[in-house]
Amino acid sequence: MSFFLEVLVGGLLAGVMYSLVAIGFVLIYKASGVFNFAQGSLVLFGALTFVSLIERHLAAWLAFAATLAVLVLIAIAIERAVLRPLVNRTPIVLFMATLGLSFILEGAAQLLWGAQVHGLDLGIDDKPLQLGGVMISQFDMFAAATAGVLVIALSLMTNRTRLGLSLRAVADDPLAALAVGIRLPRIWAIVWSLAGFVSLVAGLLWGARLGVQFSLSLVVLKALPVLIIGGFSSIGGAIAGGLLVGASEKLAEVYAGALVGGGIENWFPYVLAVLFLLVRPAGLFGEPAVERV
Amino acid sequence: MNLSLSRYFRATWPRVTAIAGVSLLLAAGVVATASAAYAGGEEYFPLQSYRVGPYAAGGTGFFGGFIDYMQLINTRDGGVNGVKLTWSECETEYVVEKGVECYERLKAGLNGAPAAATNPLSVGIAYASLDRSTVDKLPLITINHGRTDSTDGAVFPYVFPLQLNPYSEVSAIINYIGTQSGGLQGLKGKKIVVLYHGSPYGRETIPVLDTLAKKYGFELTQIEVPHPGNEQGSQWLNIHRINPDWVILRGWGVMNPVALKSAQKVGFPANHIIGNIWSNSEEDVRPAGDAAKGFISITTHPSGTNYPVLQAIDQYVVKPGKGNLNDPARFGTVYYNLGVVNGILNVEALRVAQAKYGNKPLTGEQVRWGFEHLDLDNARLKQLGAFGLVQPLKLSCADHEGGGAVRFQQWDGQHWKVISDWVQADRALLRPIIEKSANAYAKEKGITPRDCSKDL
Amino acid sequence: MSNIVIRRAGLSASRPAVPGLVLVAGLAVLAAVPGVASEYWLSAVLTPFLILSLAGLGLNLLTGYAGQLSLGTAAFMAVGAYATYNFAVRVPGLSLLADLVLGGLTTAAIGTLFGLPSLRIKGFYLIAATLAAQFFIEWLLTKVNWFSNDDTSGVLSAPRLSIFGWSIATPVSRYQFVLGVVAVLFAVAASLVRSELGRRWMAVRDMDTAAAVIGIPIGRTKLLAFAVSSFVIGIAGALWAFAYLGTVEPHGFDLNLSFQVLFIIIIGGMGSISGNFYGAAFIVLLPIALSHAAGALAAIGVDVGQLQNLQKILFGVLIIVFLIKEPDGLARLVQIARQRLRNWPLRA
Repeated sequence: MSFFLEVLVGGLLAGVMYSLVAIGFVLIYKASGVFNFAQGSLVLFGALTFVSLIERHLAAWLAFAATLAVLVLIAIAIERAVLRPLVNRTPIVLFMATLGLSFILEGAAQLLWGAQVHGLDLGIDDKPLQLGGVMISQFDMFAAATAGVLVIALSLMTNRTRLGLSLRAVADDPLAALAVGIRLPRIWAIVWSLAGFVSLVAGLLWGARLGVQFSLSLVVLKALPVLIIGGFSSIGGAIAGGLLVGASEKLAEVYAGALVGGGIENWFPYVLAVLFLLVRPAGLFGEPAVERV
Repeated sequence: MNLSLSRYFRATWPRVTAIAGVSLLLAAGVVATASAAYAGGEEYFPLQSYRVGPYAAGGTGFFGGFIDYMQLINTRDGGVNGVKLTWSECETEYVVEKGVECYERLKAGLNGAPAAATNPLSVGIAYASLDRSTVDKLPLITINHGRTDSTDGAVFPYVFPLQLNPYSEVSAIINYIGTQSGGLQGLKGKKIVVLYHGSPYGRETIPVLDTLAKKYGFELTQIEVPHPGNEQGSQWLNIHRINPDWVILRGWGVMNPVALKSAQKVGFPANHIIGNIWSNSEEDVRPAGDAAKGFISITTHPSGTNYPVLQAIDQYVVKPGKGNLNDPARFGTVYYNLGVVNGILNVEALRVAQAKYGNKPLTGEQVRWGFEHLDLDNARLKQLGAFGLVQPLKLSCADHEGGGAVRFQQWDGQHWKVISDWVQADRALLRPIIEKSANAYAKEKGITPRDCSKDL
Repeated sequence: MSNIVIRRAGLSASRPAVPGLVLVAGLAVLAAVPGVASEYWLSAVLTPFLILSLAGLGLNLLTGYAGQLSLGTAAFMAVGAYATYNFAVRVPGLSLLADLVLGGLTTAAIGTLFGLPSLRIKGFYLIAATLAAQFFIEWLLTKVNWFSNDDTSGVLSAPRLSIFGWSIATPVSRYQFVLGVVAVLFAVAASLVRSELGRRWMAVRDMDTAAAVIGIPIGRTKLLAFAVSSFVIGIAGALWAFAYLGTVEPHGFDLNLSFQVLFIIIIGGMGSISGNFYGAAFIVLLPIALSHAAGALAAIGVDVGQLQNLQKILFGVLIIVFLIKEPDGLARLVQIARQRLRNWPLRA
């Protein structure tokens, strides 16, 4: 029984890590309506910049601030150079544009900082904890706590501040928001910067887990089913989806995987996502598409 | 005439694109098929290198070492018996289609210098180039990896899994575990878990490990990690539940540091994890931080810089500023030294072939003869300055591997320290399995195996 | 006579039929290529170009004409390759063409299966179904050794190809074989999209509720789109494995390949037939041209690693510039060019 709990808890905590990446997607989707495939590359770029600055003996907080500034600049540049000219295009064209963007970011990251792999030490000694007979990883707990803080901060901001109100307005109906006097470019810039911040946090946590290297951008493939299950436009959905995907993926790998020889982790979340969509075509918390004939 | 500027632009834009596109194509065609005047007296090594992408760290190290060694031969010795070495790179990003395109582009030689052999350092690209290499009569070198049955040169005359093939690798590891258990009979009843990468490279050794488990009586569990291996939580919880004596890690790329970190998460000691030949570099363990301390892995060549050949490279190539590595700290690391070793073997094959065919640029077919008659004993290794760096190797028509021995090293947080002498694989056990597989391949493809008793 | 041009939405609606003469001329040019092109061009550039055009055609039928998003193209190519291989190896006596067709039909069946969710899920979320296909099929083909004739690694290597005694072993004959198959399938597809089925597809793509109202069976139309598209993609996959690479493993058909084919149809033009050629040309030739240019620069001493990264950046930039400049792809640009050429003496 305790083994089952270990797998479950491990899965839930891994799922939180997926959610962290998914939240970045959600923010951008809410503001610009685009599914930003370049999110993975942003995570990589942020982590790589941070680690390279640290290796050049910059203080951690300074490196963080500098990387954040760079990510914000990139986000604003993307919004201006890529998204604005492509406004009103079909979602698939926007998606492909972000794909092209991911090539640029990956190439730029390696051009600037090289192709070496880096270790990232966040100072957490990852010896397993024993809680009630169940083994839990300290690092995963820390990541979950960070994610929790982030989510709370984001929802407080969205629900309690003027800025959050403007964000919700823009997400609901950009034209109406424009009519009411909300400055869209500024809102977009802020949202993309927030997404950049979330990417950086996700990048640091994932980087500490995997090492900061090119494969970091592949975490986006884990975030996709999370988004599909949770709905593209809901942060709560991203968390719920993440927990669901993480737990079910690990349990399936251990129990069902044993029957079929293992290795099912890659496709199981996607199959799960399809099953979910059959029941709720817009995801758990997503907004159903309104069609006008 | 109502002709605004934007309309003019839009009207000419298609034409401009078309003209630009055609010129680009023509230019590409010209560059591709242009061959300058015969440069005379050079041997060409096409390099299907990868310097970007997820495996760039390994690629930059390996090709850096290879190129630096060739520079050494050119600078210090004036080439191989007067025949200078030349090379050019074509980026594959470790993608098979690009590897194939690079192969086709470069196989004809450079400026009249014939191609000697290809060294793609990629299982996927090697598989895709296998048939082509045989038709084009160009040796395909897959050092320390590749198709195990290509060891049988009777069926695969142009493929060379130099030094170590995947079967030898796991056999040697089992033999080492045996020595740690008081002899091979001590393996009986032990629990061994093999964690392998979910790809052809990873799955290649599944049957031979089953065979070895049956032979020595140890309990074997083989667990797959789906590519790329970013997440291994459930696999390691499984391992924790099994509680094995040893874990053999057959990883690649990001799977390696994640494995070590996940092992730490479940409290499995790193010094009971043995990594294989592609889990043995500094790039594999550094990201894992202190989770990697004590991790053991195999190597066909130690890392470090106090070998005469490396010091020669330092003197003649690196110090004058012609070193290929961007980061000089990587000099002497595992991948770099692998590149140097690869260079040594390729050049030595050239030398051996020249002894038969004359001191001139040689074709692929002649270089193949050189590889098949490669005989590096300790005396020759001392002459090359690689004693202790390269194992004694003897290839033949039937045996394209030639070595099959590894040493074991342990990571102490900063460096790899060699902790054992050469441990040999059980090649006698493996040979029949290899031959059976090679003959099955020959039958399927309609190839007649060569008669290796005749010296071709 | 006044020239009234009614512009309707989408490339497919307003494209005039390609004059037969142009098509025949194009084919003649392509057929004459082996006489002038080197082996490198044939086996490393033109053959993949043709095969990718075919894959683009398949995806275009599904996504461009019927409006169903798919990111599983590479997986369906894999199914086609492995199915054809199994028919070729396990059922001796069948000609290669029969193996291809059977492989394509198998892929059509699988494609229809994974297309079932499209009956319920619409829009961008549909990528979930084809992504599930992509990862599941990759896993299945590696896991179950039976598919690769009991090779533990899941690698399959192409058997000897021959049709009615004509041995397809040289780059020239492989090129001609691929050209033949591609020409036939393109001709079939071109007439298919101009038929009732094609119009139904476009109706489902543009306004599926309205289409249902006027009596078009939406479910059947969508599934047919998946079936036909997968058939074509399956054959493209078999050609990719047999006539181009020679050896394949399931990971060769990964998500990146799916993205490549998607790029082809977007850049070439969604909802067009000839656009697939233009898109494939862009995707195949541009990286090679960049790589050659990089090789030339490397020869004069520019750092090789930096060049590769610059290439990647340049490729991404070109894609974005393209998407901004011309949403309907290269096919539209060619259309505009032809119209301008037609009117050229009369225009300023």
